[in-house]
Amino acid sequence: MRSISCVAALMVAVMFGSHAFADGPGDPAAVKNEDGKYFDKEGNPTFKVTDGSVDWYTYSGYRRYHSECHVCHGPDGEGSSYAPALKHSVESMDYGHFLEVVASGRKNVNASQNNVMPAFGDNPNVSCYLDDLYVYLRARSVDAVGRVRPAKHDDKPPAAQQAEDSCMGKK
Amino acid sequence: MHKVLFAACLGAVAAFAAGAANANDELIKMQQNPKDWVMPAGNYANQRYSELKQITAANVGKLQVAWTFSTGVLRGHEGGPLVIGNMMYVHTPFPNIVYALDLANENKIVWKYEPKQDPNVIPVMCCDTVNRGVAYADGKIFLHQADTTLVALDAKTGKVEWSVKNGDPGKGGTGTSAPLVVKDKVLVGISGGEFGVQCHVTAYDLKSGKQVWRAFSEGPDDQIMVDPVKTTELGKPVGKDSSIKTWQGDQWKIGGGCTWGWLSYDPALNMVYYGSGNPSTWNPKQRPGDNKWSMTIFARNPDTGMANWVYQMTPHDEWDYDGVNEMILSDQDMGGQARKLLTHFDRNGLGYTLDRATGELLVAEKYDPKVNWTSGVDMNKSSPTYGRPKVVAQYSTESGGEDHNSKGICPAALGTKDEQPAAYSPDTKLFYVPTNHVCMDYEPFKVSYTAGQPYVGATLSMYPPPGDSHMGNFIAWDNTTGKIAWSNKEQFSVWSGALATAGGVVFYGTLEGYIKAVDAKTGKELYKFKTPSGIIGNVTTYEQGGRQYIAVLSGVGGWAGIGLAAGLTDPTAGLGAVGGYAALTNYTALGGALTVFALPQ
Repeated sequence: MRSISCVAALMVAVMFGSHAFADGPGDPAAVKNEDGKYFDKEGNPTFKVTDGSVDWYTYSGYRRYHSECHVCHGPDGEGSSYAPALKHSVESMDYGHFLEVVASGRKNVNASQNNVMPAFGDNPNVSCYLDDLYVYLRARSVDAVGRVRPAKHDDKPPAAQQAEDSCMGKK
Repeated sequence: MHKVLFAACLGAVAAFAAGAANANDELIKMQQNPKDWVMPAGNYANQRYSELKQITAANVGKLQVAWTFSTGVLRGHEGGPLVIGNMMYVHTPFPNIVYALDLANENKIVWKYEPKQDPNVIPVMCCDTVNRGVAYADGKIFLHQADTTLVALDAKTGKVEWSVKNGDPGKGGTGTSAPLVVKDKVLVGISGGEFGVQCHVTAYDLKSGKQVWRAFSEGPDDQIMVDPVKTTELGKPVGKDSSIKTWQGDQWKIGGGCTWGWLSYDPALNMVYYGSGNPSTWNPKQRPGDNKWSMTIFARNPDTGMANWVYQMTPHDEWDYDGVNEMILSDQDMGGQARKLLTHFDRNGLGYTLDRATGELLVAEKYDPKVNWTSGVDMNKSSPTYGRPKVVAQYSTESGGEDHNSKGICPAALGTKDEQPAAYSPDTKLFYVPTNHVCMDYEPFKVSYTAGQPYVGATLSMYPPPGDSHMGNFIAWDNTTGKIAWSNKEQFSVWSGALATAGGVVFYGTLEGYIKAVDAKTGKELYKFKTPSGIIGNVTTYEQGGRQYIAVLSGVGGWAGIGLAAGLTDPTAGLGAVGGYAALTNYTALGGALTVFALPQ
């Protein structure tokens, strides 16, 4: 019984691992625009760059990334001496997996590594901007947005302001 | 004869007993022995100077590697080892291993201490899992672990004698700093400025680990341990509620002001000195007021914890210019007068010289000419803004406001200098300062506080000053005039603590991994050797068996490993920045190792 559950656990781990690697985010081309927020053909959030101007969410993701993520993952999703380059991480991670890791964190602690990502699910500075972070990193992964601050961006859509106010608990 | 001998022995025993009872006397004596390196900065004055002079400007070019030691840990290695007699004590970043090596017996590992810590503390540590070293006193080694446990180990066996928790990692408090033992107390600060911790310096009883006093950086007068009448700033009493009236509501409770830098001590004046860090959050709009006593130099009585004087360098910080850098104590002539000085190279780019007895401000000058956020400190004693820096509106992220990107601010948030300590040579009367030469764009925005979660509130990007392609300088500084004596360019920020010696040589490490020896008078490079990894540790020297050794920890990481790993970006160049914006990852990789040098025999 005990060995069976071990094998089962291992299989789940293997499947999970291969799932994570096999399923990249797919074609990032935006096919739909809902109140200034763009989606790909799978219905997942994506970026939109028009004449050098990025959509609001990608710009917001740039800002949130450089407040919350870059103290470990380095500037511009490029990685640090110990934390992975997220612009590459999202290449092999689908939207659902990305949300899961940011919300729940992950641990990689062994003889040679001491890498721990905290769970950000309870941190409104991150959890209210998960899609923003995702589309920014997705744009970085295909170099649709460069290493510098996006020079131009769309205005903040009213829908973004409403979602932010309600998520951040602003009255 | 017999009786005389007996009496002498008795005297020795009595002296030993007294020494054990008061670690201060023991340490004051030990720090004067140049063969040892008994505290993290070499001596209580934090001078990082050694009287050893077997290695000189004339022969340092012949230096060779004598032996090496791998720490078995990969992340950023700050600080440096202690040497006491035949024993060397080497510490590591998380998991905070301490090795005791026998220098007289093939550097054999005599004992190893490895604490069990909850790995959940790792992501709570801003900027890598660094640790800046251990302290020694009374036959014990004191380690401040990542999870804020302060532990006393038997220096001979590594056995735990006592341990105490200094903070709560669940709320963002972590341990990275080296303790300092003063008299019968172990003093230690705490990290967590990016998590809204109300930070403090705490004194624990050397024998038992019992807390004796705790002084917060912000809060009511009893918590910050200031006397409204007796504690002064720039010669005037600070007055009642000096801290809480500079914060809105209860914001001081999550106010930061962390104390992760170095402590120093003047036994004659009986004062300890340290600086406090940034007020939380990085968004200045969200915390109106001067936010006292963040960004402050403190002088405290080590017995009682009460503050003698304070000086806030950067009121209402708008750039994350932590004031934690070391206070270096020196006795020098200034204006024809013998003075007890305190010299401090702040993150904000100003080199300060104060009278350490009174807190009088004597010099405040830029130690990188590119510093632009301020036009200087008001030195007019009769001015209402005496002692305050004059902020240039263009670079004020407060006046820019939330969601406005203030561009071209120099220095960047990592400061013209960070924790990497400078050295002072009483021979040349110069300070040797490892510096960053980096500017930034800074955009504050609103954030909400959640206990144990990052509380940052600003987006920033960093790059070398316009027109320059190097990101660091190693400089010699005259603290009495506030002028740079000489300056050596470095491709990357210099993130290693310096060492000055009586041999007329100054040592420091670079992020590429070089240890460099330069002439103390001219800065001329005399020797370099590339160690296994980038150096963010501090250079140490000691004597063993008649030979002088130079030791340094390699192991790239820390803030530098985050900010520079992929290289900086040139905001004007667009994509494909090259040259001075090189990635550190092209030069070095992770790996903790101690490299020890000596002259050939």
